[in-house]
Amino acid sequence: MNKTKLDLWVGLFVAAGIVALLFLALKVGSTSALNSAEGYEVIARFENIGGLKPRAPVKVAGVVVGRVADIQFDDDNYEAVVTLRLDKRYAFPKDSSAAILTSGLLGEQYVGLEAGGDSVKLKEKDRILITQDAVVLENLIGRFLYDKAQEGAPQ
Amino acid sequence: MICDWGGSVLKQAITNLGSRTLDALWTVGLAMRFFVTVLLHSGMAFRRFGLTIRELYFTGVLSLIVILVSGLFVGMVLGLQGYETLQTYGAEESLGIVVALSLVRELGPVVAALLFASRAGSAITAEIGLMKATEQLSAMEMMAVDPLARVVAPRFWAGVISMPLLAALFSAMGVFGGYLVGVQLIGIDEGAFWSQMQNAVDFERDVLNGVIKSVVFGIAVTAIALFEGYDAPPTAEGVAGATTRTVVTSSLVVLALDFVLTAFMFRGIG
Amino acid sequence: MQNDNLIEIEQLAFGYGTRSILKNINLTAKRGQVVAIMGSSGCGKTTLLRLIGGQLKANQGVVRVADESVGDLDRDGLCRLRRKMGMLFQFGALFTDMTVFDNVAFQLREHTDLPEDAIRDLVLMKLHAVGLRGAAQLMPAELSGGMARRVALARAIALDPMLVLYDEPFAGLDPISLGVTGNLIRRLTDTLGLTSVVVTHDIHESLKIVDYIYFISEGVIVAEGTADEIRASGLPFVHQFVHGEADGPVPFHYPAPPYADDLRLGGQRA
Repeated sequence: MNKTKLDLWVGLFVAAGIVALLFLALKVGSTSALNSAEGYEVIARFENIGGLKPRAPVKVAGVVVGRVADIQFDDDNYEAVVTLRLDKRYAFPKDSSAAILTSGLLGEQYVGLEAGGDSVKLKEKDRILITQDAVVLENLIGRFLYDKAQEGAPQ
Repeated sequence: MICDWGGSVLKQAITNLGSRTLDALWTVGLAMRFFVTVLLHSGMAFRRFGLTIRELYFTGVLSLIVILVSGLFVGMVLGLQGYETLQTYGAEESLGIVVALSLVRELGPVVAALLFASRAGSAITAEIGLMKATEQLSAMEMMAVDPLARVVAPRFWAGVISMPLLAALFSAMGVFGGYLVGVQLIGIDEGAFWSQMQNAVDFERDVLNGVIKSVVFGIAVTAIALFEGYDAPPTAEGVAGATTRTVVTSSLVVLALDFVLTAFMFRGIG
Repeated sequence: MQNDNLIEIEQLAFGYGTRSILKNINLTAKRGQVVAIMGSSGCGKTTLLRLIGGQLKANQGVVRVADESVGDLDRDGLCRLRRKMGMLFQFGALFTDMTVFDNVAFQLREHTDLPEDAIRDLVLMKLHAVGLRGAAQLMPAELSGGMARRVALARAIALDPMLVLYDEPFAGLDPISLGVTGNLIRRLTDTLGLTSVVVTHDIHESLKIVDYIYFISEGVIVAEGTADEIRASGLPFVHQFVHGEADGPVPFHYPAPPYADDLRLGGQRA
């Protein structure tokens, strides 16, 4: 009699533990394994990716449609080769452009896609031709100062 | 004369150090042999799973309260402190990330293992030590039943099974505590709290690595507790000393292992 | 033809490291007899029992139980032999986490595939034999010392062994429990056809029940004989032991330098 009660407690404990694990897996975290199973990869080349990291989101109109799967360096052209894994539910025109953007002033960097007008859609291993590099704050400030200096020159 | 005296003290100190090191190595070797022997004698723990279930009750279920309550409070503190810091950068919405990542990656497995060492580990050591001191283990041996298979192995596997479950419960409670403080008390946007968390926490990198950590900690803490109990001098003082040693040794081992595992898992991942 | 002697010990020597505990022991126990091994505390009696049970291995000589050399048996052989042996430990060594019933049923459940009904009947029979059928559902913590000893005895005879070893069965018992335990040992030996080896220092209780007595002092057998021979013995050690005299061949004082020297009488102080 005692034994069944003990078994019940152990059963409850194990069930609660598994529920907690599921909670961590589904509610707290996102499952990359699940996502990556259903998607297609496209490649974008950038001259400067700034602080972009693998697993950064890919957004269109602010909606996450995929993630950065891989970042490689191509030492022939000295470019960064970024592989984007996109959700297969969404299709984009072949002439879409990719830009590396920052969420907020100091937030994390993500890839923003801008849809084009082509009727042919992007497929697995296609390349996004139009890309815009990450904005590097130092360059921006440098240019700003340079412009200011030029403005002041004629006077 | 003084020189002589100093020399002899130095010699004494070196001799002491040497014999202590030798003793420590001896114990480590013995513990390793014990660990392997327990693994080799694990058949019964699975053939008669009832024995292991019984121990799951004592190691797992009885540790639940302390794990759940501590998890809740740790999460709430993380919520308060995290908010305090993030507010400075105007990034309060990232509170979910701070709470979840610190719990899932580090605090969950580590604090749960430390609590487990002091709650269940010390109990295991005291129980095994007492069984040895009162000749129960000897009696079992004389009844042609191997105490390693009958007593030690089921406790070992129960500890290894319950540790990741306890760590998961600790983390889940912590996240809930952070939610209570962040969303309900301070008033961060609930949607932002959860979605930012989900975006930042990855199942494989964070959750799974946390589970792997807690399994390793479970093995370490339970094995140390069992070894200390089995190796304890069969007297009241012996058992008391062994219980203290279990808590101290396993806490140190957990923290050291955590460093090693973290270095392996998160090195080079941004 | 069966060998009349269940236990034969020849030229046995045992020691830990360089410290010799037993030397040159020759001892036999005939089937159906109660044999006592006596001596003052710490003279190696319990060690001798552990050698018979195979928990320790002799440095020299042989211990034969039922014509098998205990020291040469492998694990399986030792297990087989131990199923035919029962051992009563000094304070019973009952498993503290089980009821009296489960304690007695322990070996039946571990070593046989008997159905629970049959186990129940057997256990109640054994408990009845020691007069504690009514205590079946108590926990060991609820038993008095004497009762615990009797439960342990029921547990020792659970598998109907051919040999029961008793480690200090009389230690710490009140006079009534003492008589009860003594009678039980004699009665069970006779009715179940056992052979009993009793290690004790309680000379008066033992003389009432045993067939043959060995005296051990400082690791060697100093006297042996039947109960009557021992009572009539003129050997100074036996005389001192039987009559409980404070001083004799076993001195009252632990070896020490002369008293006067120790008190520094007559000498100059350093």
